[in-house]
Amino acid sequence: MAIRVFLLLLLFLSSAIVSFSLYEDQAGLADWHQRYIGKVKHAVFHTQKTGRKRVIVSTEENVVASLDLRHGEIFWRHVLGTKDAIDGVGIALGKYVITLSSEGSTLRAWNLPDGQMVWETALSSAHHSKSLLSVPINLKVDKDYPITVFGGGYLHAVSAIDGEVLWEKDFTAEGFEVQRVLQPLGSTVIYVLGFVNLSEAVVYQIDSKIGEVVAQKSMVFPGGFSGEISSVSSDKVVVLDSKKSILVTIGFIDGDISFQKTPVSDLVENSGNAEILSPLLSNMLAVKVNKRTIFVKVGGEGKLEVVDSLSDETAMSDSLPVADDQEAFASVHHEGSKIHLMVKLVNELDNVLLRETIQMDQHRGRVHKVFMNNYIRTDRSNGFRALIVMEDHSLLLLQQGAIVWSREEGLASVTDVTTAELPVEKDGVSVAKVEHTLFEWLKGHVLKLKGSLLLASPEDVVAIQELRVKSSGKNKLTRDHNGFRKLILALTRAGKLFALHTGDGRIVWSMLLKSQACERPNGISLYQWQVPHHHAMDKNPSVLVVGRCGSDSSAPGVLSFVDVYTGKKITSSDIGHSVVQVLPLPFTDSTEQRLHLIADTVGHVHLYPKTSEALSIFQREFQNIYWYTVGADDGIIRGHVMKSSCSGETADEYCFTTRELWTVVFPSESEKIISTLTRKPNEVVHTQAKVNTDQDLLYKYVSRNLLFVATVSPKGAGEIGSVTPEESSLVVYLIDTITGRILHRLSHQGCQGPVHAVFSENWVVYHYFNLRAHKYEVTVVEIYDQSRAENKNVWKLILGKHNLTAPITSYSRPEVFTKSQSYFFAQSVKTIAVTSTAKGITSKQLLIGTIGDQILALDKRFVDPRRTLNPSQAEKEEGIIPLTDSLPIIPQSYVTHSHRVEGLKGIVTAPSKLESTTHVFAYGVDLFYTRLAPSKTYDSLTDDFSYALLLITIVALVAAIYITWALSEKKELSEKWR
Amino acid sequence: MAPILRSTSLLALFVCHISLFFFFASNLPISSGSEDSYTITGRVRIPASTVIGHAAKFSNIKVILNGGQNVTFLRPDGYFTFHKVPAGTHLIEVYAMGYFFSPVRVDVSARHNGKVQATLTETRRSLTELVLEPLRAEQYYEMREPFNVMAIAKSPMGLMVGFMVVVVFLMPKLMENIDPEEMKSAQEQMRSQGVPSLSSLLPASR
Repeated sequence: MAIRVFLLLLLFLSSAIVSFSLYEDQAGLADWHQRYIGKVKHAVFHTQKTGRKRVIVSTEENVVASLDLRHGEIFWRHVLGTKDAIDGVGIALGKYVITLSSEGSTLRAWNLPDGQMVWETALSSAHHSKSLLSVPINLKVDKDYPITVFGGGYLHAVSAIDGEVLWEKDFTAEGFEVQRVLQPLGSTVIYVLGFVNLSEAVVYQIDSKIGEVVAQKSMVFPGGFSGEISSVSSDKVVVLDSKKSILVTIGFIDGDISFQKTPVSDLVENSGNAEILSPLLSNMLAVKVNKRTIFVKVGGEGKLEVVDSLSDETAMSDSLPVADDQEAFASVHHEGSKIHLMVKLVNELDNVLLRETIQMDQHRGRVHKVFMNNYIRTDRSNGFRALIVMEDHSLLLLQQGAIVWSREEGLASVTDVTTAELPVEKDGVSVAKVEHTLFEWLKGHVLKLKGSLLLASPEDVVAIQELRVKSSGKNKLTRDHNGFRKLILALTRAGKLFALHTGDGRIVWSMLLKSQACERPNGISLYQWQVPHHHAMDKNPSVLVVGRCGSDSSAPGVLSFVDVYTGKKITSSDIGHSVVQVLPLPFTDSTEQRLHLIADTVGHVHLYPKTSEALSIFQREFQNIYWYTVGADDGIIRGHVMKSSCSGETADEYCFTTRELWTVVFPSESEKIISTLTRKPNEVVHTQAKVNTDQDLLYKYVSRNLLFVATVSPKGAGEIGSVTPEESSLVVYLIDTITGRILHRLSHQGCQGPVHAVFSENWVVYHYFNLRAHKYEVTVVEIYDQSRAENKNVWKLILGKHNLTAPITSYSRPEVFTKSQSYFFAQSVKTIAVTSTAKGITSKQLLIGTIGDQILALDKRFVDPRRTLNPSQAEKEEGIIPLTDSLPIIPQSYVTHSHRVEGLKGIVTAPSKLESTTHVFAYGVDLFYTRLAPSKTYDSLTDDFSYALLLITIVALVAAIYITWALSEKKELSEKWR
Repeated sequence: MAPILRSTSLLALFVCHISLFFFFASNLPISSGSEDSYTITGRVRIPASTVIGHAAKFSNIKVILNGGQNVTFLRPDGYFTFHKVPAGTHLIEVYAMGYFFSPVRVDVSARHNGKVQATLTETRRSLTELVLEPLRAEQYYEMREPFNVMAIAKSPMGLMVGFMVVVVFLMPKLMENIDPEEMKSAQEQMRSQGVPSLSSLLPASR
């Protein structure tokens, strides 16, 4: 019997050994990847030809993409560099997408069907300025119709075929800023209208073939222009004067300039400042006055008259030619939870071509932009579709009174992420029926076995995938035993909070921040406000969302408390002060609400929640609260303590003043702070001691109050290539934030930033550039406690002569020593994170977000200062890897496998309940989630475990036993007969 | 494994060099430009592949200057250009899914009118032309072993089954070879020691 049990055990063990990396058919089981593009800035429809209908968009995340107009899927997209903001997009020759970026200095053409770059042209520019792209709407392949680009004081004509610069005109000397380029159809002369110093209007007539100025006219406008301009027809533009009270129509028929002034007060009574809206309408312009939008018709002689006025909350599209020389435009306005889409003819505003009412989610906010496109229906009438961009950055296509598709583009600009538990499964809620009968159960496992032996047909593979998803029950909205199902809460720049399910990445709920003080606050950061356990079990957990009314740091803050289960806002308050820093304190009140301190720009701190209980807890710990600020500009790190309650009539009892306790001043001529980092406050450390191979004991210096600071020489703060090795050096510090004591200082000569670092337990790993070797380097610094290093002797422990029970205080001077080691690393890095598990027992992996937007998992064992060139046998047994000069990049250990997290910005890890496993969520333009087991899943069987094979083997064994028994009986019997 | 790999890649390089000599000899990495800003032009070459989606892979290649300062893309012929690069020592990285490229150290000389010198930082090999090739192809997934009788036989379960077969079919043969006298004495000895036989383990054997 014992043998059989042993055999069974052996079986289990042999099946439980899993490979660390993924098989191709396992991709997408525990991970998901979502592709986004960001908030759309420009959109150009391409629907003329039969076949695929597309829309070309460019976004605020510097993405140019081609979307399927039917389903909203991405055909192709390109994420340009972070400094390569797109200024304009157009379609040339019916087959190239033209993008102008980097303030008019880079012009690229992309192949429309597949997104391959066709040509790229760098244009000269002298200074920063508004840029302008004008693509002729002409399908003729001809050099007579070049693309004209203005940017940085130069006007260029570029051939659409190969990107060749046909001619360029230097306007830098005159200070001429081009506002409009007009190309009358069929003519090779282009009209270029612009301003000189915003006071003189100049029109150039330029031969588009050779770039020669045919004629030039200029006229000084005494009042000066404000720069807002709207072109209403091929020979007229309307400008606002510098006081924003007079509309000036500039006509330039045949190169003659004429001004015609119309005060806004003539059009609207009691008018304030006017503002010209961006939509281009033919022979008409939209002006915003007195919080209303008025439509002003421009007559033949430049006469202006008001034809219509709408409420302020109206978004409009450019006008678009429809049949019979008429132009139409779309306007969208809100009414309660509905939006009204109207398409009107420009000439007859009473003639509404289309009126649709669509129910709209309140949490999308208002409509920001409308792009309209028309198509010919089968009955030869005009149909319209509108692409709208909402306040939460989402993109929707409206057609025939319905939302055809929508994309949650807000998720392309995530600013902060936290995780939350799902509700516990209630009694009465039955567990999903996964397997019905034994037969089906067995069938499923046979299928899995076939899959793992590569005997499965394609249909079987599909069935296996389905079965796996079903059996894992990973998409349920309740807590599971292993803690694999969780909510990821992501706050976006638009001020919207999303809850994503870890199982499949779907949006469970979303909520747009609101405030009384301002229209729409920006989202800054997220904090765990209430995580109920123990005595407050019946409460729902909640998060604190910190927002701000405006982009300035002194703008007033907005706090919202959101219920995690329901996504409903509990309360929201406009706090009267600014938010510079939010400090979660290690105290909770009786309802498990965490105490938070919020520091403002004046130097006061404010306690939240504003309850007397919180105040009494805080008063008890008043002397023990320290915090620090980093002044990156002046190179000073300051430590602060609480001083007293605020005085003054506006102050309440929850406001406190602080005083400066210590400062660390870095000499500004030689050091500039480029990176600071602390440990994650909620990190779990399993053991303080580390046993060496020679039975030696090292005590980790685990302190929550350590700050990692990296500084470089001011010259080396720029880009790589701008400094020589002799001019730049990198210095890193470990600073105690209670006392301001510098515990460790390490200097790297001939190195420069950017520094990307990760701080966990007692070690820091940071990535920087070594100018001498011209390679990236990674350095690890481990910090150990010397004062407790004497406690190695067993006798000391037995006799109690150790200092392990001595209280550890942050005030005393710690005796520490450090170990460090450096390695080369072959890639640029965008961000580094580290895995975190529930109890901290599992070994750690570094998650390195590379510049190729992939995430590499690297065992901490590779960055261990104890690595030597020739490790001893004992060290090898312990798992110490022989020292190599560079860190390995193993393609199978990319956790993103074949995906790219385009525009990667951050990686967040969170522990699951199963000790071996950790959640990893990466965000950028794309989102990616996966579960990782850094030391393999040693505490559970994998999904791949084949029960069928086990069962078959057991059955076979039992059968074999009975057969041999029967045989031996027979033999015994025959022997007895002998 | 490694030496084989290296030799094949060397061979590939060799072949490519020859072809480059014929076709791109005129395309020396000379940069041009004004006094303080130059242009770096280079080419990315990926060994032709029969894999479907090779072209799609090609259109998603990014070339990155100085860790993200500038990002550019490849033209259909594989060429890329960085404009307005100041003189100095720069770093060019190529990112293509499925391939690993060594970062390239590029020295743009101000004295020689923007002459470009390029060195692969991983292999320390200097390039005569700025033609970048992948050091190796990357496979992001573990390969599943194809169905193999030997693999099954070698697995613990296979070994167990094999052992069983040995016990069932070979042991009786071995028994037969033993001298009957000896056998009897051995059996008696066993019985006296009370070692359970296989049959005694099962119920209803007696």
